[in-house]
Amino acid sequence: MNSGVTTVDVLAALPRLAERLGGAGARLADAERLSGGASMETWAFAIEGAAGREDLILRRRSAPFDPESARSVSLATEAALIRATGANGALVPTVRHVCDEADGLGEAYVMARVEGETLGRKIVGDPRFDAVRGKLARQCGEVLIPIHATAPPANVQLKVSDAAGELDRYEEVYRGSGAERPILELAFQYLRRQLPSPVEPVLLHGDFRNGNIMFDPERGVVAILDWELSHIGDPAEDLGWICTNSWRFGRPDRPVGGFGDYADLLAGYQAAGGRPIELSRVRFWQMLGSLRWGVMCLMMYRSWSDGVERSVERPMIGRRVSETEADLVVLLEQGL
Amino acid sequence: MITHPRTEELAEAVAGWIEQIRPSLDPRNAFLARVAANAMATIGRELTQGPAAEARAVELMKGLLGHEAGFMELNSELCARIRAGDLTVETPGLLAALQVMASDQIAIDQPRYRHEGSAA
Repeated sequence: MNSGVTTVDVLAALPRLAERLGGAGARLADAERLSGGASMETWAFAIEGAAGREDLILRRRSAPFDPESARSVSLATEAALIRATGANGALVPTVRHVCDEADGLGEAYVMARVEGETLGRKIVGDPRFDAVRGKLARQCGEVLIPIHATAPPANVQLKVSDAAGELDRYEEVYRGSGAERPILELAFQYLRRQLPSPVEPVLLHGDFRNGNIMFDPERGVVAILDWELSHIGDPAEDLGWICTNSWRFGRPDRPVGGFGDYADLLAGYQAAGGRPIELSRVRFWQMLGSLRWGVMCLMMYRSWSDGVERSVERPMIGRRVSETEADLVVLLEQGL
Repeated sequence: MITHPRTEELAEAVAGWIEQIRPSLDPRNAFLARVAANAMATIGRELTQGPAAEARAVELMKGLLGHEAGFMELNSELCARIRAGDLTVETPGLLAALQVMASDQIAIDQPRYRHEGSAA
């Protein structure tokens, strides 16, 4: 389904899209590919038409391979989830258009451009965020509530998974990779012995971490982006992933995204109406998060060694497995 | 074999050239060029630090498993014994040994990575 997508000439297709969205006479004002994801392309562009200027973002699948392909949803589903959670009060951008064949852009959708910062390193270290930084962990707990409380739209198919299911899935991928890494082995073994008690599953963002959240220096969280890993599962999964050290951008001393503390995240979640969640449950998912990222890094390497995606980025991401091992070995020592 | 230029010096020279041309590239290629320069730096560190790291890993695994063998064999056996549940977080010396091995590897792959538990 994805084969051939990479040959799409986005710059040639955008003027047609501008006319389709902006009406007759509307023209493409600016178009620029933003750097970013390994399997997704993001383009910023604007339409100038009778109604004035409209700043938009195009999100499209560019790589034929996705390390989470067993899990990732289609971009049409992603757009449907953004609309459904947005209608329930979640902070998400407005979806403007879901692309079809007439657009010639492959799998893609268009959303309104939201102003803000998504670079994790900036949120963690830029002085512009000094004033708001202390409030972000609590906000991150609060903004999950309308997501977790959204009934999944009837027309989308989402995977359902619990802790044991996630461990099975990542262990299968790890075994298939051929890699032999003692620390990953010990993490699998340990987490299987610490499975949290069953909980009523909810709609999860699935990739809720610093880097996928847009922040404003005054208001804090303004939008939650990158919904392709959304699924149904344990609410603590979303709280644990944002605490995984690979997304703390050099501030391991601030467990929530490199900007805040566990207590604020949990307090925000509960104050906004969430069920109380034990810290040990979040730490379980945080640790599973490090293991998950380690396995995903191995898959990125595999996509290169199998010849599927020959970008130099892929084997170098493969070298990031050791960062997850350095984190896991400390977590194994500390316990949950 | 020869004494100079050393292999790590070739890696350093290539990384330097990549950095030199990087400003002239489009954003995507500038990003990939930075990744490529990082790869050359990793190669350089592995050449200088890798042999000692592997020797240390072999010593530690020999201690845990109680016999001599090469790195690959010991590593496979260690994985199999953890998977089987023979070795756990309670096994004396296991976490300490894994910590040394992890720390040696991250020093090659990402020396500036601030792992879990590092101070502010």
